[in-house]
Amino acid sequence: MALTNEFIKSRLTEKFGPSITGMEEPYGMLSVTVPRDLNLKVLNFLFDEPELGFRFLTDLTAVHYPERTGEELCVVYHLHNLVENIRIRLKVYAPVEKPDVYTATGLFSGANWMERETYDFFGINFVGHPNLKRILNVDEMDYFPLRKEFPLEDQTRIDKDDDMFGR
Amino acid sequence: MSDHFNIKLPEGSIEKTTTTLNLGPTHPATHGVFQNILELDGERIVKSDSTVGYIHRAFEKIAERRPLYQITTLTDRLNYCSSPINNMGWHLTCEKLLGVKTPKRVDYLRVIIMELARISDHLICNSIVGVDSGAYTGFLYVMQYRELIYEIYEEVCGARLTTNMGRIGGFERNFSNAAFQKLEKFLKEYPIVQKEFENLFSRNRIFIERTKGTGAISADRALNYGFTGPNLRASGVDYDVRVHSPYASYEDFDFSVPVGTTGDNYDRYQVRNEEIWQSLSILNQAYKKVQEFKGAEAEVFHADAPEYYLPEKKDVYTKMEALIYHFKIVMGEAEIPAGEVYMSVEGGNGELGFYLISDGGRSPYRLHFRRPCFIYYQAYPELVKGSMLSDAIITMSSLNLIAGEMDA
Amino acid sequence: MSRPVRFNIKEKDKNDWGINTVEMPDGHMGEGFFATSLDKVVGLARKNSIWPLPFATSCCGIEFMATMGSHYDLGRFGSERVGFSPRQCDLLMVMGTIAKKMGPIVKQVYLQMAEPRWVIAVGACASSGGIFDTYSVLQGIDQVVPVDVYVPGCPPRPEAIIDGILRIQDLVHNESLRRRNGDQYKGLLESYGIQ
Repeated sequence: MALTNEFIKSRLTEKFGPSITGMEEPYGMLSVTVPRDLNLKVLNFLFDEPELGFRFLTDLTAVHYPERTGEELCVVYHLHNLVENIRIRLKVYAPVEKPDVYTATGLFSGANWMERETYDFFGINFVGHPNLKRILNVDEMDYFPLRKEFPLEDQTRIDKDDDMFGR
Repeated sequence: MSDHFNIKLPEGSIEKTTTTLNLGPTHPATHGVFQNILELDGERIVKSDSTVGYIHRAFEKIAERRPLYQITTLTDRLNYCSSPINNMGWHLTCEKLLGVKTPKRVDYLRVIIMELARISDHLICNSIVGVDSGAYTGFLYVMQYRELIYEIYEEVCGARLTTNMGRIGGFERNFSNAAFQKLEKFLKEYPIVQKEFENLFSRNRIFIERTKGTGAISADRALNYGFTGPNLRASGVDYDVRVHSPYASYEDFDFSVPVGTTGDNYDRYQVRNEEIWQSLSILNQAYKKVQEFKGAEAEVFHADAPEYYLPEKKDVYTKMEALIYHFKIVMGEAEIPAGEVYMSVEGGNGELGFYLISDGGRSPYRLHFRRPCFIYYQAYPELVKGSMLSDAIITMSSLNLIAGEMDA
Repeated sequence: MSRPVRFNIKEKDKNDWGINTVEMPDGHMGEGFFATSLDKVVGLARKNSIWPLPFATSCCGIEFMATMGSHYDLGRFGSERVGFSPRQCDLLMVMGTIAKKMGPIVKQVYLQMAEPRWVIAVGACASSGGIFDTYSVLQGIDQVVPVDVYVPGCPPRPEAIIDGILRIQDLVHNESLRRRNGDQYKGLLESYGIQ
């Protein structure tokens, strides 16, 4: 039987019940919201179930929504079932004061650097990560640049005049 | 031993049996800037630790400031050896978000450009593997034909390398006759050169001994790491985004996906070579299909989407709606639906994905590039563990690591 | 298909053998000898045998590879042998974006080069940061090393890179032998924190 979004939705609700919320299908890809403490359980379920078989981690990133108080940071996982050619998107929300999310490196070795990049940009602390350090920015940087409150430009540069460039 | 000769050795140096070597960011073998700190036991590598980020340009943060059509210039600089593929991927993402459907001729022209870019990317990779194993001649042969590909890009968009080619909905102008003539010249002359290039390397005993068996990775480990593209196909998994989720009418073309067995450097080299042949076949088919459009259909080079594609100047000066659309598009007031979309294309290195979250404003709320180079470079310590230093160099170049894509 | 040539169509003056040769410096010629000042000879010898160090970081590096290829050959100007060891090279060609993480490395490579050394900033990113006015990109390498020639472009065409090399050759040709020991040069290096 070909895997469809309905089937995945029914399996997820029967296993995890009301914890899985926000099931939508924007542009054909099923997108579910998973609570923070269940993220590894859902990933393992999607990996191990023979009918679901989401064994390929396509992408791991985060988004900062400053207006959603209490759950500002959202870690987004894109998984792919290569055999049936179905993709799924998982979203895990975390508050900005204590952004702890369990790491997926035990399941997917590819999540290692992707989580380091997410930590570098947003400050999400992946619990259990073997080597959570900054990867793309300089090691001495003390803020998380992709959060919405920080500007794009380097504020200490003297040769470019912000008034002229219309920031 | 130290008592015997009255030599005072530093603390812990007898226990340490490995040498630390810094294969630094500036090195002739690292094409682009990334650093590897290797622990060597004689000539064998025991451990390696990579550092990237030496060319981090914060594309994702810049993209939150720019309207959708200005982000094309950023995507050029991701995998700069095949920038038209990145451009087309971005336009396809925007078209998916905006719901714009492109006509067949535009799709076929896009396929022509993307396959030329794929050939250009694989040529750089294979010839640099040759240069790193000591054979500079192959590089010179193929650079001559990359110049011809650059000339074709120039005819279409005006630039050689960072092309900023196309618009949301199609191309900025129709392909000129000169472009098609140069394409014919390429299709006629290039297969001979590719055969010559392969004769230099494919059955060359020295090349085979350098590349066979080194840098191998099994299919399971490759899938676990998130490998895509020629590196994954060399390990035996036939995952190609053009076949799995066809875009730009790839389903109309007849091509096969070459697959290797062991995933070592020689297999990667062979998979890329065979992909060049497949791309040449797709180019021939696409060119024939484009020539079949006659009359008014042969002038179509963009979708009929006036809200997102700039109308023609003569209409802007005479018609009211065209003026309004032009104003809205240029000032960034075009209606962009809020939503999130993930679209991926088969780049030169694998699945290049664009995750775009739009909040309805003129620039994206969040744009994330799923960069294949970044993801598969994590596997490098596993690939070189136990191999010799010279094999590590060849592994690095055969993975086709482009620093621009790695750091974004 | 080829367009008619509009520029550089004036016939160059050729000598008796039918080839054009380089301008001879002023000097005193005699039977079997030619006397001129040392810095002219040194300048002529140096300018036609520059050994560049390609510090290629991103897209401009690919245009450099095209410049070194056979179509736009850089080897005809004497820069056939590119070296990757700073100790052996004269010209540091910084091509591509230099991020703040990479800045100290550019400086270290520059420090390891032996005098006389020249620096060419190829591309918009090396000259001024280019299109990347961000928190992580160094806005031009002249923040860390003194630069002699800037080649704008994104990426500059190979002809533009060759033009930059020709300007460097002019600088090399006309440089006085005492420049590197003088106060103005020392002051320039002091302003960059280089002793």
